[in-house]
Amino acid sequence: MGKVIVVTSGKGGVGKTTSTAALGAALAQRGERVAVVDFDVGLRNLDLVMGAERRVVYDLVNVIQGDAKLPQALIRDKRVETLFLLPASQTRDKDNLTPEGVERVIGELKEHFDWIICDSPAGIERGATLAMRHADVAVVVTNPEVSSVRDSDRIIGLLDSKTVKAESGERMEKHLLLTRFDQARAERGDMLKVEDVLEILSIPLLGIIPESMDVLRASNLGAPVTVADSRSAPAMAYFEAARRLAGETLPVTVPGEKRASGGLLSKIFSRRAA
Amino acid sequence: MKMVTVLTDARSIRIKGRSFLAVVLSPDLPLDHWLTRLDDLAARSAGFFFGRPVVLDVTDLPINRDELKGLVTALAERNVSIMGIEGARPSLIGPGMPPALKGGRPASDVEVANAAPSIEVRSAAAETAEPEEPAMVEVSGEVRSTPQSLIIREPVRSGQSVIFTEGDVTVIGSVASGAEIIAGGSVHIYGTLRGRAMAGAIGNASAQIFCRKLEAELLAIDGVYKMADDMAPGLRGQAVQLWLDGDAIMAEKLS
Repeated sequence: MGKVIVVTSGKGGVGKTTSTAALGAALAQRGERVAVVDFDVGLRNLDLVMGAERRVVYDLVNVIQGDAKLPQALIRDKRVETLFLLPASQTRDKDNLTPEGVERVIGELKEHFDWIICDSPAGIERGATLAMRHADVAVVVTNPEVSSVRDSDRIIGLLDSKTVKAESGERMEKHLLLTRFDQARAERGDMLKVEDVLEILSIPLLGIIPESMDVLRASNLGAPVTVADSRSAPAMAYFEAARRLAGETLPVTVPGEKRASGGLLSKIFSRRAA
Repeated sequence: MKMVTVLTDARSIRIKGRSFLAVVLSPDLPLDHWLTRLDDLAARSAGFFFGRPVVLDVTDLPINRDELKGLVTALAERNVSIMGIEGARPSLIGPGMPPALKGGRPASDVEVANAAPSIEVRSAAAETAEPEEPAMVEVSGEVRSTPQSLIIREPVRSGQSVIFTEGDVTVIGSVASGAEIIAGGSVHIYGTLRGRAMAGAIGNASAQIFCRKLEAELLAIDGVYKMADDMAPGLRGQAVQLWLDGDAIMAEKLS
């Protein structure tokens, strides 16, 4: 049976979709079967980041409503063959997501995949609560700034009360993925430090993803950063996070400076920042 | 010409919670029969309703707004003044009528003493399907004679609200920004207090707030409030105890 992961944050724009794609591709490159599921009905993005926007025929809502079978809606990635996408509907309303329908689809996915990674929409409304409802593990994506941290705290509270695991008295496994981190700015006090975020949220750290142009470039190329540029600093951080998700124990490194191969410009910037 | 009033009085306004025991009347149909039985009860224990807060419970009672208004008037004629109506649909409550109440918690039955032995009332009530015997309800929390404690062993997250009017609240962990603890007794935080803490929330001037690290948004004891900006900067980030001295919240570092 597969493991269901929800990638959630509360706040928008912190990197849920990027992280879903990057972690999904990283796990799939280990040879495990991975399905990434977009729960952001009406505002889907995961198909773009995965570079599959022209291949969407059926979506999550079609499967829930019985218009299509799950294999018809799943899109196999062209680069990593064990990676699949279940896209969200762009035209339907999120009210089409029913708790029973979501439960059925997740149950079916668990039979065929090792990992099911649910990309939650922002907010704490229906879409977000349904995305987390059947999860075994939560990845809480947080930026090192106060509003993102507070929203993540709110989401952790919901993960501990509104999920099937929580309601059956079990403890929800939660991990912090700190994204868009910039050590120089944290040292200057422009950003929260890693210790501050960990102290406030008090959940274990899955990884620290450095702020990097490589992430944006990969998104615009339509490839998860762990596929587009697997040697880049954010990709390596995502690979490490994926290994931790799979159960390995690795020390978390704080990305100290920008990638050396980033050229002269990044060296100048990092020196100026230091 | 308009006058602009400048608030020069720096004293804070006290807002307190207080609990009263109210008598709850649950009428049944037809109302005139019920009123007759009520008159009978009143005749046997004169002055039972005098000066008592009375709540009218109309849960599941199929009456319209005019009938309810008539009932309130009929009760007023019998010197039963209704302080609130429980279980009414919002459409039933109109202007000039007692406010809607909710959240009442059951308490023990009221003895209709003196004039009539309570056994007689009970047997009379047993004859009718719906007993008109008044039941007690707590309008809000009540501090019981035996103090109670609530201990929370995990962080209180943003958006969560812990309300425990029966006694002390202890949190072994932090209270996040946007979370709140409301205790009838004292509040103890073995972690960082970033949200709100209200001690003595239903009236208890001897309640205190303790925390290992003070980063609170708002503190209140017995209805006296203090915002983050009003707190001495030297206390921020420190282990602090807070108590009430008259109308002022006092604070001191815990050594």
